[in-house]
Amino acid sequence: MARNVTQQRKIINTAAAWAVGLLIFFPILWTILTSFKTEAQAIADPPIFLGFDWTLENYQAVLERSNYSRFLWNSIIIAGGSTILGIIIAVPAAWSMAFVPSKRTKDILLWMLSTKMLPAVGVLYPIYLLFISLGILDSKIGLVIVLMLINLPIIVWMLYTYFKEIPGEILEAARMDGASLKDEVLYVLTPMAIPGIASTMLLNVILAWNEAFWTLNLTAAKAAPLTAFIASYSSPEGLFYAKLSAASTMAIAPILILGWFSQKQLVSGLTFGAVK
Amino acid sequence: MFFKNSLYAATAMSLITAGGAVAETITIATVNNGDMIRMQGYTDDFTAKTGHDVEWVTLEENVLRQRVTTDISTKGGAFDIMTIGMYETPIWGANGWLVPLNDLSAEYDAADILPAMAGGLSHEGTLYAAPFYGESSMIMYRKDLMEKAGLEMPKAPTWEFIGEAAAAMTDRDNDINGICLRGKAGWGEGGAFITAMSNSFGARWFDMDWNAQFDTEAWANTLNFYKNMMDASGPAGYATNGFNENLSLFQQGKCGMWIDATVAASFVTNPDDSTVADKVGFALAPDTGLGKRSNWLWAWALAIPAGTQNESAAKEFIEWATSKDYIELVAAKEGWANVPPGARKSLYENPEYQKVPFAEMTLESILSADPQNSTVEPSPYVGIQFAAIPEFAGIATEVSQEFSAAYAGQQTVEEALAKAQDITNEAMEAAGYR
Repeated sequence: MARNVTQQRKIINTAAAWAVGLLIFFPILWTILTSFKTEAQAIADPPIFLGFDWTLENYQAVLERSNYSRFLWNSIIIAGGSTILGIIIAVPAAWSMAFVPSKRTKDILLWMLSTKMLPAVGVLYPIYLLFISLGILDSKIGLVIVLMLINLPIIVWMLYTYFKEIPGEILEAARMDGASLKDEVLYVLTPMAIPGIASTMLLNVILAWNEAFWTLNLTAAKAAPLTAFIASYSSPEGLFYAKLSAASTMAIAPILILGWFSQKQLVSGLTFGAVK
Repeated sequence: MFFKNSLYAATAMSLITAGGAVAETITIATVNNGDMIRMQGYTDDFTAKTGHDVEWVTLEENVLRQRVTTDISTKGGAFDIMTIGMYETPIWGANGWLVPLNDLSAEYDAADILPAMAGGLSHEGTLYAAPFYGESSMIMYRKDLMEKAGLEMPKAPTWEFIGEAAAAMTDRDNDINGICLRGKAGWGEGGAFITAMSNSFGARWFDMDWNAQFDTEAWANTLNFYKNMMDASGPAGYATNGFNENLSLFQQGKCGMWIDATVAASFVTNPDDSTVADKVGFALAPDTGLGKRSNWLWAWALAIPAGTQNESAAKEFIEWATSKDYIELVAAKEGWANVPPGARKSLYENPEYQKVPFAEMTLESILSADPQNSTVEPSPYVGIQFAAIPEFAGIATEVSQEFSAAYAGQQTVEEALAKAQDITNEAMEAAGYR
């Protein structure tokens, strides 16, 4: 039975939701505002919220010093490549776990997730040595592989959850109509799971875009993405907060825009299967 | 046939000969600070002179340290030049990880490098990194507030005077703290400051048998003096303040005195960023009359990892970037106050540079620092604000966390020192020193 919600309750709920949303978004808002201040205004005490002379000098300085487009291109290739590769591997894996489960399926799922519990630095040296041996240090392909492997457990888990919601009878019917395994996965399962696959891809792109440990440690000049671009403006000896904020804003802008336009898809995908 | 073969041979020889002059692309890992960023802006000058291109990898100091350590210890070969400091250079040089720089050209004039810098960047007399800029630490103080307090800053004050002056300059109603010092955990942050300060109180990290010395009276005196002074005259939350936090406070006129890196002098006297630019005076870091001052010594230097494919081009870059000509280039374009300081003797003999307000005090601070002999009682290590052994960074980070907890009032000074003693002895035992 639907709960009877009063108008007053609705207003309170809406206000509370906005307050929480603003609280979460505030650090990003502050970063964006700081990027338009001078270095002196950026450290002013008490802090200046809006009453400052807006300037684009930080963006100008950042663009003069760094090759932003190269960092951006590297981020797009690495985040996009690792996501596509991850989906190609995860769809069949999640299909088998959802529709042809074995006694050990749950254990395998848990084991996959447990790999996320290992601190990344613990395997830095083995991975670094492997990259040297394979000649893929500071290469986009190397990072695509590593980020795909890091995010694969999450992709498989999410797809598994979505696939479990799809009635097995539909796939059975396809098989009775003569569909091969490939046809079943490609032409029946995948189209039905497109909302789930899309939101999984979006989440994976965001995770790969923001990944800062491997992208900093396995790159130098050629394959460095936007995380390295931000790191180049951080300094423990010198107040460059306004320039750092400009670099951060430029680094997060593409993913913020992508998230803004796909928020409906993302929210519906992430909450899919939450209520049973 | 003979003619044809001779032609092939001649062509091959000319290609091999030309190979020596082929333009290379070198990759340089560096730290994000004003002088290094300025150097990146002049890369075109280097390329025009040598034909070599440069790819820059600029990182935050701690990220850089982790990144280059991983690469050099695995012989990764990602970089042709690394920006490293006085802590890493002798250790890596001893490991054979760096290319010796004892064959630099006569025009480069390696004898012009300040002896303290050359000594700290060498191992057994061989130079392994060329200093790009060097720094010590000194007192930066507000002349107007000192005068208002009825005091006069000596050129070489004692800690006792600094404590009294800090109390006299503190004005809580007007948000002025008598003194701002690093308290932030981290071996290169608060750990560096308190280690340099402890030298002047007669303390040391290790005795000659590598036993920790935190149970000595000298360490108790150091920490108690620091905490009492900062509680009375320091800013709120000083236990989490590092270089940047104190720079921000000083530039906004909220510190009477600040003892920190000499490189900060150019920031606090820059009227674009500092509200007190015309009111800043300088003095040597304090002592207690035991013969050692509390200033440190550091250099950001350029080194070539052993095994690089572009050693020749890398050496050319180092000769260019740390040369007298580079200093002249920056001076001509941006003024003498912006040249990289602390590396060459000739800079301080230059009458134009002598006009820079903080030049003399910077040089005196650097010259008074001796990494080979930094403690009152003998110690087995090289380094002033660190001990140049591989284990130090890890140990000192843990120890400085205990100290910061004491500054924040989470434990007593005695408890922090007792824990530091145990942490250090256990780590040194595990590493085989004891």
